Parts: sequence; C-alpha cells; structure tokens
Amino acid sequence: MLRIKGLTKRYRTGDLALKGIDLDVPDGQVMALIGPSGAGKSTVIRCINRLVEPTAGTIELNDTEIVALSSGNLRRMRRRMGMIFQEYALVERLSVMENVLSGRLGYVGFWQSYLRKFPQSDIDEAFRLLQRVGLDHMADKRADELSGGQRQRVGICRALIQNPELLLVDEPTASLDPKTSRQIMRLIKELCAERKLSAIINIHDVMLAQMFAERIVGLKLGEIVYDGPPDQLTPAVLTQIYGEEDWASTIRKADDDEPETIDEIAPATPIIERDRLAGLT
Amino acid sequence: MTDALALPKKAWQRRDRKAQFTVWLGWLIGTAIFVYCFQKISENTIWAFVWDAPTQAADLGGRMVPPAWSYINQLWRPIWDTLNIATMGTLISIVLAVPIAYCAARNTTPSVTFIRPIALFIIVASRSINSLIWALMLVTIVGPGVFAGIIAIGLRSIGFVAKLLYEAIEEIDESQVEAIRSTGASAAQTTAYGIVPQVMPAFAGISVFRWDINIRESTVLGLVGAGGIGLELNAAITQLYWTQVSLMLLVIIATVILSEWVSAKVRHAII
Repeated sequence: MLRIKGLTKRYRTGDLALKGIDLDVPDGQVMALIGPSGAGKSTVIRCINRLVEPTAGTIELNDTEIVALSSGNLRRMRRRMGMIFQEYALVERLSVMENVLSGRLGYVGFWQSYLRKFPQSDIDEAFRLLQRVGLDHMADKRADELSGGQRQRVGICRALIQNPELLLVDEPTASLDPKTSRQIMRLIKELCAERKLSAIINIHDVMLAQMFAERIVGLKLGEIVYDGPPDQLTPAVLTQIYGEEDWASTIRKADDDEPETIDEIAPATPIIERDRLAGLT
Repeated sequence: MTDALALPKKAWQRRDRKAQFTVWLGWLIGTAIFVYCFQKISENTIWAFVWDAPTQAADLGGRMVPPAWSYINQLWRPIWDTLNIATMGTLISIVLAVPIAYCAARNTTPSVTFIRPIALFIIVASRSINSLIWALMLVTIVGPGVFAGIIAIGLRSIGFVAKLLYEAIEEIDESQVEAIRSTGASAAQTTAYGIVPQVMPAFAGISVFRWDINIRESTVLGLVGAGGIGLELNAAITQLYWTQVSLMLLVIIATVILSEWVSAKVRHAII
C-alpha cells in the first residue's frame, strides 16, 4: 500500500509543481496518471523514490516513511521500487544481461558488481525474466543494438529483478509505435497481475490508459482533478484535465476494442507460449 | 502575375548603412595596423640576410645529404628512451587526470563551490605551461635524464586529459545515471555502471590522442637535457654534423608516423 499525503514540490526556479497531493494506491492496483505536459506527473513518481526531493508531505510504502529516510535507508527503500523510463534509460554500452543485473546493484557489494560476479540466483532470475519477455536469446547483445520495444522490455526486466513492491512507470510508451506501445502496456499489466504488484503509470495516451489501467487519476497543474475508473472518463472530465477539445474520438468504446485486441494477440503469442514452455520445462 | 508585378519592389541589402560603415571602418583600421607593424618589423630586419636565405637553405640542405645512415645504430637507444618518456608520461598523467576530471565535471564533483575550482585551477596550470618549460625546471630539480622528461610530459598532459575527460563526463546522458540510482545502487556503483560505460570511448580516445602528441613533444625534450633523441639532436647541431641531423629528422618523422598509425588503429577499434 502506497500512501501519499500532502505531497508538495516547489522547484528551485520557484515553480510549484505539486500542490499538496493526497493519493493512496492499494496493493496490486495498476493506476494510470494522466494529464497534460507540465501537470507534475513525472514529479509525482520521482518524489516517490526521491530522485526528486519533495518540498513537503509524507509518502509511505507499506508503513515505511520515505521522505525522511537517511541516504543509506533510502537506498534500501529504492530496492523495493522498480522504475521504468520513457527513453528506456538503459546503459547503452552495456549488454542486455548487464543492464538487467544492474537492477540487483542495491543487493550486492561494489566489487562484486564491478567484477560482474553476481550471485547465481540473480543470474537465474535474470534469464527467467528475459525469457518471460522473449529476449533470452539477446542476453549478450549490447543494449544499443536493440529496437525500442526490445529495450523497454529490458527496462522492465531491470525493474522486476529488484523484486519490487511497487512499479513506477514514467511514460513507458512515449517513444514507441502504437502497436509496440500496446504490447508493452499489456506486458506491464500482466506482470503486475502475476506478481501482485501495484504500479503507477504516467501516460499521456488516454486511450492506452483506459485500456490497461484499472484506475485513472487525472492531474492538472499539480492538483488531482479526477480519480476514478476508466469508464467514467467522459468528455467533460477530459476537458477538465486537458482543456477544451473534441474528445469524442479519444474515448474508448467497448466495441472498438475487439478487433484491435484480436489483431494484436497474434504477434504477442510467441511471448506467451515461450513463457508457458518455460513453466513446463 | 500582374498582381505580383504591381507590388512595389523592396530593396534588400545584407547590411544596413550603419553596419556597412562599421565593416568598412574595421577593414580600414586592420589595414592601417598591418602596414604600421610591417614597417616596424622591416626596420629591425637585416634584409641582406633575408635575400640571402634561399642560398643559405640550399647550402644547408646540401650539407645534410646524404644522411649518415651508419649513425642509425647509435640512435636506437635514444629513440627507445623517447618512446618510454612519452608512454610513461602519458600513463602517469592518465592516473592523475581521472580523479581531477571527476572533481571538475559539474555533474560528478563532490562540491561545486570548493573542489571544482581547485580541479579547474590544476587543469589550467598544467595546460598553460609547455612541457619544454616543465622539463627545464625539472632538469634543475631532479637532474638531467629520462626521469625529468617523464615527469615533464606527465605534468603537461594532466590538464589536457583532465579537461577533455571532464567535458565528456558533463555530456553524458543523465537518464542512464538516474536509472541506475533508482535501483538502490550506491554512489560508487552508480559511477561504475551509469557513468564509466558512457565515457569509456572518449577516455580511450583522449588517452591515445595524448600519447600520440607526447611522442612528438618528447622528441624535443632532450634539447634541455631531459633525455631522448633530442639530446643527440642538440649535440649534432652544435657540432655541425648535418648529415646526422638529417638522419635524426627522418627517424623522428618515421616514429611520429608510426605513432599516428597506432593511435588511429586503437581509436578505430574502440569506437
């Protein structure tokens, strides 16, 4: 359970990015955070793992207060939160395997990590995750040789190998094409369900948010203006979040979804089969 | 069509009147300074020597050929010394430059207000003093020989390597560092995983480039007594053994070409 109370962030430039946000995310909930650019979506999730220092407010993850933690305790806390980035943020010149294993850095000592002597259990888990996302044959490829969708899958593995209690996902699909975007969102949703993980997903694509999140929070100028299920996202609500626009075509209709899903399951199937085989063997 | 023709024609010039005048004035002042300086230099020049220069050059050239090929056997040792001065000096400078670069880069320095200015000062100090001057001072401190040359090359190179390296560190993609930090990695781990891989190609390129420069620089260090082929060169020139001088020049050119070839190969392999 993530509990945010009165979260406020004022940047050194004087901009008030967050104006006292209250937000609870129960265990296992996949929540989408939508809103226009500059609404503070990114600031919210960066405050949770303190890549950005909050100005005021409290954040609790499973009853541990995060804002007041000392740097050593903050490191241990960050291990419990996996983060997935917009431009993947893989270390380009390291291999896929090294990138995945970097998710274990909080658990191993410096020399152990520097000499790449990770425990066998970590290596097993890395291969298992890569297999789950269909990239186990790419383990020794350099990260910059991969396509966008493949890179984001590696990013997902890096976050999951931390064995986190919460996923912080910052615009996971902003650099991907529509089809890959859906595949990545579906993967995140499935993995969260498998591991009973809760997730906060910043996303500017309203339709994707509606398709894959069970709860939607709308942020505007640092304030929450909507908090509810995806199907209550009416044109009026979107106008409130983003401003006046013709929203009729953005909002997902139940029958629109069918053909799209069928169209997409086909390419996604190998991943699923691979996973099933992995489970059997 | 007729509409377009009917439009009044607008004049266009690259510069307006005022800018035009400023440019013209700039040229006028520049020309005046040039003429004045030429006159001053001309007054202090013995023109007879200058007109004689081609004859003198031809004469010297004539005395340089053929190079004293047999002398080559006495040159292997000084060349080896020269290569060692360059290589050892570069290695020392790299070892010292890495922490300085880390302290000088805005995004990695432990303190922007205290440590960064110190690191920047070291860089400027090292860069502003030529290795020949370093060598002159070091010969009086540690005595003549290869050791003085190594230290001179090392001191001169610290600034060069550190400056280029800290600029490379400042240009890294911060999101990769942020991603490593968000996993709960320590500061040392964040450096090793987030920063080192990103600056590695630049680091290797800078090091090899500096080594290449240092081979050229170390050939002259002998002129002030800091070891290497320069020592022999100086001796030959003072004794007017011009055929030996020409051989040494050829050897230096060959060495430099070789080092350029090696550094090009290494850089190509890394990037």
